[in-house]
Amino acid sequence: MFHSLGRYILLLRLSFRKPEKFSVYWAEVMREMVSIGIGSLGIISIISVFIGAATTIQVAFQLSSPLVPLSIAGSIARDSTILEFSPTISALVLAGRVGSSIASEIGTMRVTEQIDALEIMGVNAPGYLISPKIISSMTMFPLLVIVSITLGITGGYIACLVSGDVTPADYLMGVRDGFDGLTVRVALVKAIVFGFIIASICAYQGFYTSGGALEVGQSSTKGVVYSCVMVLFADLVITRIML
Amino acid sequence: MIEIKDIHKTFGENQVLKGISASFQPGKNNLIIGGSGSGKTTLLKCIVGLHEPTKGDVIFDGQNFTKMNFEERVPIRTHIGMLFQNSALFDSMTVEENIIFPLNLFTQMSKSEKLDRANFCLKRVNLEGKNKLFPAELSGGMKKRVGIARAISMQPKYLFVDEPNSGLDPKTSILIDDLINELTEEYQITTVIVTHDMNSVMGIGEHILFLHNGEKWWEGSNKEIAHTDNKELNDFVFASKFMRAAKAKL
Repeated sequence: MFHSLGRYILLLRLSFRKPEKFSVYWAEVMREMVSIGIGSLGIISIISVFIGAATTIQVAFQLSSPLVPLSIAGSIARDSTILEFSPTISALVLAGRVGSSIASEIGTMRVTEQIDALEIMGVNAPGYLISPKIISSMTMFPLLVIVSITLGITGGYIACLVSGDVTPADYLMGVRDGFDGLTVRVALVKAIVFGFIIASICAYQGFYTSGGALEVGQSSTKGVVYSCVMVLFADLVITRIML
Repeated sequence: MIEIKDIHKTFGENQVLKGISASFQPGKNNLIIGGSGSGKTTLLKCIVGLHEPTKGDVIFDGQNFTKMNFEERVPIRTHIGMLFQNSALFDSMTVEENIIFPLNLFTQMSKSEKLDRANFCLKRVNLEGKNKLFPAELSGGMKKRVGIARAISMQPKYLFVDEPNSGLDPKTSILIDDLINELTEEYQITTVIVTHDMNSVMGIGEHILFLHNGEKWWEGSNKEIAHTDNKELNDFVFASKFMRAAKAKL
């Protein structure tokens, strides 16, 4: 475990060495941003709407007491979406989509000697392959989380319209009531940290792949599993520190 | 010129290379041959710096490569071209982008100069007009030729080739050998080829290093190989009936 941790830290240090040519790295960052950001928009939109809708209906179901105003459902759904569902569930989904893609892409490059080809040319392979992915993930995850929050709350509104458990007016009143900007800051910090964790762990697993197609698959699986565990651990730590 | 001095390489308990020394001259095809597991590819990887030798030195034109750190190696690396066994072309890039890639990183050439260079390299390997194809759209022989085009794009002083004929039909193998031979002579490149293809050995083996169990077992040229009494080398080179018959006629 300590050996792996040491190798991971050394790889990160190599990844953030001075680039050979900034313009080439910048182009790579832009390409990754499109791949990670635009490429993940569809899945994030779908899960956010459904999770927002389901959360609202469940909160409304639990608030059966006539003493509690139904607008509370909006407040609870909003805070749950901002603090937990959007950053964490999105990160877990992105670990599957983005993380596995990073691990398998780099792993395939390793077993087909493409990384050796980069090194022979004098290119800092970790820098060229890993740093653009980490930078792009840390940039695009917060944007995806903002989209997810917006769509999650919209999903809750749609659920109110369709189910009638809470009136849309009560829901909107609850969403607006007692809003604290800190929750959004927590969500964005989580998104940045999760982006780093997923990209770096999956890149590490891919970079040290050896063997063939089977090992590329195993690296991809390990990358997703380890990054999911670390995302949940980081979620707890950030929540404890910031709230 | 490349000199290797007393190269040892150990993986755990397994000693793969046991003190190999040799020198490789410019403008010559230097072949490293030997049976599977004899240490050919490991030696090549030690020379180019993909593996660090456990002991010994690799010297490129008087500069001790093994003693250098990553940054110090970069100027030498920009003079190295390498053709990998499976070509190792970047899947996400077109043929043209593959060739231009090192030029983008290490030269100040304008876009049109880089395109001209890519077209020149493609013409040199008889692949004109294939600029926009992706590696997945190429045959094995074409991939090798694109690999050569990428390797020569930076006008290398040293060319390393790992199993250039693996997976190719005999005719294409000869084409690739001839191309490497022409480039070596034309640009006076120090070329080091790892192979176990006997056609290559007899055809372009100006300087041959035979490895056996991680040791340098024999050194000479393709003209000398037919007359050697080295048992292991004879067993390796003349293993097939065809080669034995060819030797008998010599």
